[in-house]
Amino acid sequence: MTGDSSWSVSSIRTALESKQISARELAAEFFGHIEAQNPRLNAFLTLSRERALSQAARIDHLAAQGAPLPSLAGVPIAVKDVISTRGIRTTCGSRILENYFPAFDATAVDRLVRAGAVVLGKTNCDEFAMGSSNENSAFGPVRNPAAPDRVPGGSSGGSAAAVAAGLAVAALGTDTGGSIRQPGALCGIPAMMPSYGRVSRYGLIAFASSLDRIGPFARSVRDTAAVLEVIAGHDPNDSTSASSPVGHYTADLDKPVNGLRLGIAREYFQEGMDPEVRQKVELGIRLLEDLGCRRVDLRMPYTDYAIATYYILATAEASSNLARYDGVRYGLRVPANTLHDMYGRTRGLGFGPEVKRRIMLGTYALSAGYYDAYYLKGQKVRTLITRDFREAFTKVDAIITPTSPVPAFRIGERTSDPLQMYLADIYTVTGSLAGVPGISIPCGSTKQGLPVGLQIFGPHFGESCVLQLAHAFEAAGGFEL
Amino acid sequence: MNVATLAHLYLSDAEVNTYLHQLDSILTYMDKLNELDTTNVDALAQPLFDAASNEQAALREDRTVPCNLWEEVSRRAPDPNSSFFRVPKVIER
Repeated sequence: MTGDSSWSVSSIRTALESKQISARELAAEFFGHIEAQNPRLNAFLTLSRERALSQAARIDHLAAQGAPLPSLAGVPIAVKDVISTRGIRTTCGSRILENYFPAFDATAVDRLVRAGAVVLGKTNCDEFAMGSSNENSAFGPVRNPAAPDRVPGGSSGGSAAAVAAGLAVAALGTDTGGSIRQPGALCGIPAMMPSYGRVSRYGLIAFASSLDRIGPFARSVRDTAAVLEVIAGHDPNDSTSASSPVGHYTADLDKPVNGLRLGIAREYFQEGMDPEVRQKVELGIRLLEDLGCRRVDLRMPYTDYAIATYYILATAEASSNLARYDGVRYGLRVPANTLHDMYGRTRGLGFGPEVKRRIMLGTYALSAGYYDAYYLKGQKVRTLITRDFREAFTKVDAIITPTSPVPAFRIGERTSDPLQMYLADIYTVTGSLAGVPGISIPCGSTKQGLPVGLQIFGPHFGESCVLQLAHAFEAAGGFEL
Repeated sequence: MNVATLAHLYLSDAEVNTYLHQLDSILTYMDKLNELDTTNVDALAQPLFDAASNEQAALREDRTVPCNLWEEVSRRAPDPNSSFFRVPKVIER
């Protein structure tokens, strides 16, 4: 379900160029939407009015001079609160960073601002991006705009809800095991995880460094591509950032998709999947076949091991990355008489239950005597899962799967059993481990009106093909299947 | 729990009880990986670069760039002192 705002990247440009609206008026309009709806949705944690209005003023100045406008001129954007924004509070959804104000912008934010985008504020998320429902935020859950008693998905639930409700034209999220794609599916909007290395992680507050990625949410595939085009590219500040050239994502959107080979792996259509989700995704695949794509049946035998692998590697990396929150240099400090006491109390009070659980799991997986059995074993199985994808992409151009086995569930319905919550990430974590790009796009709704997501994986740096398929699907009415 | 000590994480008794049970079931689930023979499989640390052939790709010149952020950083630090962060005494631990 979408709000009353129908602005897109291109309609904003047209309106600015023809002086129908100023960037400042547009920003004010969006702050108005946020004021009206955020008390209910809890999608934004912090608004950055001052900075937004000065960014907008810069665009208005360019427009007044008749100067060429940058590609995202005036586009109101929301940024997930695990991405650093200079001088704007960045909490990671955690008490431990409740009063943290970064001294620099993440590269992705810097690129958006240079491209003329207007950053409205920071969006709610699961604490340190750990969760699939947004219920792990220290600042309360986000509500799904399509069904307010239900979760928006997670961890980028605030970004997904903000865009779905029309509180921003686009948003940045982060995806470690599905945290962009799954909330995109549950809120009914396009949501893209680019290839590992495609978008700089500089300024992204780390959860699991070999898996974390920044990517866009928008209301259309075209706008998703427009944002990705801006944030993608090599950055010397991220040693895992790739130097291969960025594709012309928007220019390539209308390229024909007929003849493309789509892999369908039976491992992604197993028991436990909601029957309505299955039915919609099968309809979606048929629609792509009607567009001239060829269906190729695949086996991806290591899929079943992806959850265990992911939760070993991600928690191991998290336990190491989150060691930096010690109360010494920034964030919360609980005073104590000894240094170790200070660490233990600060972390015990500052972290929430899911973060503690994962730090302990990861510490265990990395500890002497268990390292080989868990962490090293996980890295080896990661090789096998990656091999599944590599072999698949010798036979097909893209792989089509459901994004989530279930539509949005009720707030509080699944919090008691963490393992059950982890298992629902089954269709997204595989691509995370393999480093490939994936998009979730809307694929109709259940009878109750809950959005269903269809996922398209491409090969490394195959973003163009993934976006073309998504765009053709949207143009053919697939979002309303 | 020894793991909580390793992680510098103070937990209440109630937390310890909950986590013991939950971590046990999660670790049991993870044992599923032992079904796979990975004897001749290399470990994958990150998915992008084939480290052997592409090591240079991730290296750059080590240059000094100015970074005058102390004032901004110290202003919000828990206990800053001239150009340091103050912590409890560590000598007499």
